[in-house]
Amino acid sequence: MKIVVPIKQVPETNNVKMDPVTGTMVRDGVEPIINPLDLYAIEEGVLLKERIGGEVRALSMGPKKAILAIKEAIAMGCDDGILLSDRAFAGADTWATSYVLSQAIKKIGDYDLIICGERATDGDTGQVGPGIATWLDIPFATYINKIVEIRENSLVVERMVEDGYEILEIETPCLLTVVKEINYPRLPSLRRKQLARQIEIPVWGPADIEADTKNLGLKGSPTRVVKISTPQVTRNGKLLTPKNENEIEAAVDQLIEFLQGKEII
Amino acid sequence: MSYKGVWILGEQEAGNIKSVSYELLKRGRELADKLGVELTAVMLGKKMARERLQELVYRGADKVIVVEDPALEYFLPDPYVNAMEILINRHRPEILIASATSTGRTVAPALAIRCNTGLTADCTGLDIDAENGNLIQTRPAIGGNILATIRTPNHRPQMATVRPHSNKPLDPDRHRTGRIINESVDPALLKSRTKRLEFKKNEDAGSNIQDAEIVIAGGKGFKKEENFRILHEVAALLGGAVGATRDAVDLGWATYPHQVGLSGKTISPKLYMGIGISGSVQHLAGIKTSENIIAVNNDPEAQIFRVADFGIVGDLFEVLPLIKQKLQAIKKQ
Repeated sequence: MKIVVPIKQVPETNNVKMDPVTGTMVRDGVEPIINPLDLYAIEEGVLLKERIGGEVRALSMGPKKAILAIKEAIAMGCDDGILLSDRAFAGADTWATSYVLSQAIKKIGDYDLIICGERATDGDTGQVGPGIATWLDIPFATYINKIVEIRENSLVVERMVEDGYEILEIETPCLLTVVKEINYPRLPSLRRKQLARQIEIPVWGPADIEADTKNLGLKGSPTRVVKISTPQVTRNGKLLTPKNENEIEAAVDQLIEFLQGKEII
Repeated sequence: MSYKGVWILGEQEAGNIKSVSYELLKRGRELADKLGVELTAVMLGKKMARERLQELVYRGADKVIVVEDPALEYFLPDPYVNAMEILINRHRPEILIASATSTGRTVAPALAIRCNTGLTADCTGLDIDAENGNLIQTRPAIGGNILATIRTPNHRPQMATVRPHSNKPLDPDRHRTGRIINESVDPALLKSRTKRLEFKKNEDAGSNIQDAEIVIAGGKGFKKEENFRILHEVAALLGGAVGATRDAVDLGWATYPHQVGLSGKTISPKLYMGIGISGSVQHLAGIKTSENIIAVNNDPEAQIFRVADFGIVGDLFEVLPLIKQKLQAIKKQ
């Protein structure tokens, strides 16, 4: 089975700075990591390869240093990877990002399955996976927590929704976005880390993927971030520090009164 | 033909309209009134009873567009996206909002690509720019550390998904009138490349943390799995669901559907109670938009107290049994 795993490099810390002019993220000085939710997509791809054979290719759009994310994916078991990096790609929203990734996948051509993480922990949209599938006009399913069965021309998968699990049969080639419940991502082995270090990662630009330049980057994005603000998180609530049994009981009574006051009970 | 009107995409299950639809109507009503345009609710389903659709009118819709087809019984991407694309091209609304549920967050991004327009995910605020009538979309990002204001200046419809429970539904007004219009879509275009074989409902009723009005969550402070039992008992007394931190899930005290936070679910219940939870940035990102937050923790410096409306600094093993006892006493009355 030929598998493509699109991944995103995200900032490690939560103290991210935003560019007040463009409204996009300032990535300088912040340790980049693979989006934690993409590790499940990588692991599922590698597990499938180990089970039934095939190859897994990591794909990422980002700055040059996103090569590190691809190398880490290879260290986890991906066979190779491709970086999409160009000034023209910068500032893309989910529409323009999914366009570029889908063009790259068209260029790769031969694939049976695309596996994405549920969403990235920075942008937190979950829109790029369904977007890629729509650009490619292939079936897709979101929030997959289990691949139940691999059939000749389809997959049987389990999809986690609010009140239970749907069992779906989906025609291949297709795209799945997977949730954390699906597996336990492995740590890269030393041997694979060494291997990853040696692998040359091709870097593709707009011409390599025959992209329509008007669909790229900030210019090609239908949405605009116009303002960034830091929400006030402190609610200045009531804080009780009971010192003995009686005070604890009084505190719990106040808590119950709070609930009654809010008509919760 | 220009784009006009505000649409909401309603959700149904077995022909019953889900309450997120009414929440969307409240948002949609505000936008439509500011723009001075009609508010339309779109319902896709196998068969929708007239009186159920009428409820959408009572709760704010001027018009209900309903498409009935066996292929639309359950949510599946192909028929839903195709039907919506056809309706949008037919009527050209200027705004379309859907709920940020597993359905809305799946159909909307595909639809945005099809309609060549922008989409803003999981909004907590929607407004209209008085100057140019553009939709102003506000959403938390980067773990809730920032609020981003986003516009879709040149593409129509402007699309957004709205965080469930981030606002109340509109109360019904039985005097409201509106039109209910059945529209047809060529069944050939509703073919799905995905089949739904089966549905396994969660037996574990306490795990539907996204739909619950009350969520009581536990973290590492519980020390071991057995201690989580009381959390379930208190949740049952409150008629709520049980949430858990990532640590508690990783330790196997609760399953993943219970996980609240950046790598779990984002929730906005009426009441969130965090017990034995210090409040990591990742966890707080998942609860910040809750209406009321109560915290119990033995560490007065715990971050969760910063976002709490009511907090008790104390040993959860002393406080929680007392809470349980008092709730039981109230129940008996």
